[in-house]
Amino acid sequence: MMARCLARFLVSLLALAICNAASVSHPISDSHRSAALDVFVPLDGSYKSLEEAYEALKSLEILGIDKKSDLSSGTCENVVKVLASPSSALKDVFYALSVNGILKCKTGEDGPKDIVSKLQAGAKDAKLLLDFYYSIRGLVLVKEQFSGTDLTLGNAEAIFRSVKALSQSDGRWRYSSNNAESSTFAAGLAFETLAGVISLAPSEIDQSLIQTVKTGILKLFDSIQKYDDGTFYFDGSEGPISTTASVIRGLTSFAASESTGLNLPGDKIVGLAKFFLGVGIPGDAKDFFNQIDALACLEDNRFSVPLILSLPSTVISLTKKEPLKVKVSTVLGSKAPALSVKLAKALNSKGSSVINNQELKFDADSATYFLDSFPKNFDVGKYTFVFEILLDESANEKGYITEAQTKVPIAATGAIGIENAEIAVLDSDVGSIESQKKLDLTKDGVVSLSANHLQKLRLSFQLTTPLGLVFKPHQAFLKLKHESQVEHIFLVKTSGKKAELVLDFLGLVEKLYYLSGKYEIQLTIGDASMENSLLSNIGHIELDLPERPEKAPLPPLHPTDPYSRYGPKAEISHIFRVPEKLPAKQLSLIFLGLIVLPFIAFLIGLTRLGVNIKSFPSSVGAATSALLFHGGIGAVLLLYVLFWLKLDLFTTLKALSLLGVFLLFVGHRTLSNLAAASNKLKSA
Amino acid sequence: MVKSTSKDAQDLFRSLHSAYSATPTNLKIIDLYVVFAVFTALIQVAYMALVGSFPFNSFLSGVLSCVGTAVLAVCLRIQVNKENKEFKHKTVVTNLRGIVAMFVIAV
Repeated sequence: MMARCLARFLVSLLALAICNAASVSHPISDSHRSAALDVFVPLDGSYKSLEEAYEALKSLEILGIDKKSDLSSGTCENVVKVLASPSSALKDVFYALSVNGILKCKTGEDGPKDIVSKLQAGAKDAKLLLDFYYSIRGLVLVKEQFSGTDLTLGNAEAIFRSVKALSQSDGRWRYSSNNAESSTFAAGLAFETLAGVISLAPSEIDQSLIQTVKTGILKLFDSIQKYDDGTFYFDGSEGPISTTASVIRGLTSFAASESTGLNLPGDKIVGLAKFFLGVGIPGDAKDFFNQIDALACLEDNRFSVPLILSLPSTVISLTKKEPLKVKVSTVLGSKAPALSVKLAKALNSKGSSVINNQELKFDADSATYFLDSFPKNFDVGKYTFVFEILLDESANEKGYITEAQTKVPIAATGAIGIENAEIAVLDSDVGSIESQKKLDLTKDGVVSLSANHLQKLRLSFQLTTPLGLVFKPHQAFLKLKHESQVEHIFLVKTSGKKAELVLDFLGLVEKLYYLSGKYEIQLTIGDASMENSLLSNIGHIELDLPERPEKAPLPPLHPTDPYSRYGPKAEISHIFRVPEKLPAKQLSLIFLGLIVLPFIAFLIGLTRLGVNIKSFPSSVGAATSALLFHGGIGAVLLLYVLFWLKLDLFTTLKALSLLGVFLLFVGHRTLSNLAAASNKLKSA
Repeated sequence: MVKSTSKDAQDLFRSLHSAYSATPTNLKIIDLYVVFAVFTALIQVAYMALVGSFPFNSFLSGVLSCVGTAVLAVCLRIQVNKENKEFKHKTVVTNLRGIVAMFVIAV
């Protein structure tokens, strides 16, 4: 017991060196089974060849999907035909027997004898590896299926040697002695063949021969390839999946016979299991078969059965407070034996461990292990959880093997607090704040700012984790979107305690394509660890930028939204000229009276001076012209009054010109009359 | 001294008055008209001083028209005055009628 524990401890130490990268493998699940139905069940119910039929049926059988009733009729016909015909090739016989093993078709009583003799002849005359393979394996299948038959391989040792002769020193095998081309795939086939020979041999094969094969196997393991996360595989010309599957088939069948005493290193078994699980769901039928077949071999082998630790969800939500679930199962998803799972370390991104040696509780109903309590200093972020599986003592009769330490990347998410969010417009050099507004980023705000190209825009906020530490998000973007749909995105950088972005418009004028107008401001904060990532429309900023110079680049053309440009604009409030303060009405009227006074005084003075109109002509002609003349002057005065009250300058001038011409004539006549009258007086 | 100055002023005023009475009636009419025009202008200026020059155009037109007619009347008076020997008639019309006609047109 102690020795076994020690051996296991040593093996786990070895495994530690290999498992560096963190990864999560998942065992075969129902998604595999549903995919298998798509891949392996043919549309018309029959397969193209017996090889295909065997691969499909074996896979379905391993996965536990029962489709035999649908597919058996057509395939069985084929099987019976092949087995009954004496001229079938070895390969067809082999695959027919394989399919028969699954479908258990009715082949008749005399079938086996012919087949046995055929196969035995084939084994004796074989030169190529494949011939050996088909005939030996065929004989093994016959032995399994038809229990009554008694067949032995007389020249078992000779066959063993001739197969062994095809091996190479580097562990690989050749297909034939003529052809120098060797492959690892052939090695797998050879192991299966040799295992078949051993099982069919009537007596023990010489141990030295078996020993040479074992050394060959060890040599073959030298050529194993690996990935960083502890996955092992064999590569070859047939592709890694086929090659590795072939080797596993060969090794497991070779180790299955007691006499060989082959023990494969446990870490490599786990690595090979992880390789096949890491393939996912293959789309190709051959890859699918190889994956399932290899995993079935690993699940069921004698020496060590790998156990896989998987997590249905690798995200811990600090707000939901759900436990972290861990499942341990075999590669095909079957139940694991009694064991305990321990969280050895929880490494955060800095490399220090926040949880140490925490044992997970077991829930028997769902067969999962869970961790439900996290320490107080468990903050959001990325962690690497290192799990260790400790097998209970009772499970030791069947050798189970696990990875020494399974590293799983875990993300812890939580609600990030956003504080002190504010946006401000600063005057450039001095840095004085022109306008500043506090933001509530959970709601869409209607902040409205305005700035010209000499000012700066500053946005700042603080993000804190649930524990109160400063949080630096992966994404913090500020987007300015012009009304013509031209967008500009800026990064908000976190430094020290807060995240801040200062946009200096003087330097950004060219980037903004000199477009003035209304810009929508949108802030995006996001992170894998942040459950409340947000995209918030903060509001608008009205930017006043200078005119575009000749050489500046034009903005990219976007279809403009016509409603935003031709929609109603803000209402204009007119400011009228304040009317002048007029003097009081009475004052104006008083002065009107005062103006009239000098006129009255003038008239009174005239009468006092003895003004007379004696010279007014009395004769008719002269009187008329005189009257007309005075009337004309009166009309001009009247015209002035009308001009003041009502008329405009043009009509007044027109009338004035007419009257003026009229007056000239009349005046001239009056004057000439007066001159004639005075001459008369003078002469008289 | 004061008494003598006031007496001088009264004497001066009386002599002016008597001299003025001798002027012919025509000229007196013209003088009266001039006084009338100037008074009107002065009243307008006083009004503007009181209430401010808001419609400045109105003020200007009123004052300048009065002053203009006053100036034209003075011009007429000069030309009509028989005693004014220095002012030889260099005008287009030599007789009284012509001068009055020109005045009327100018106004």
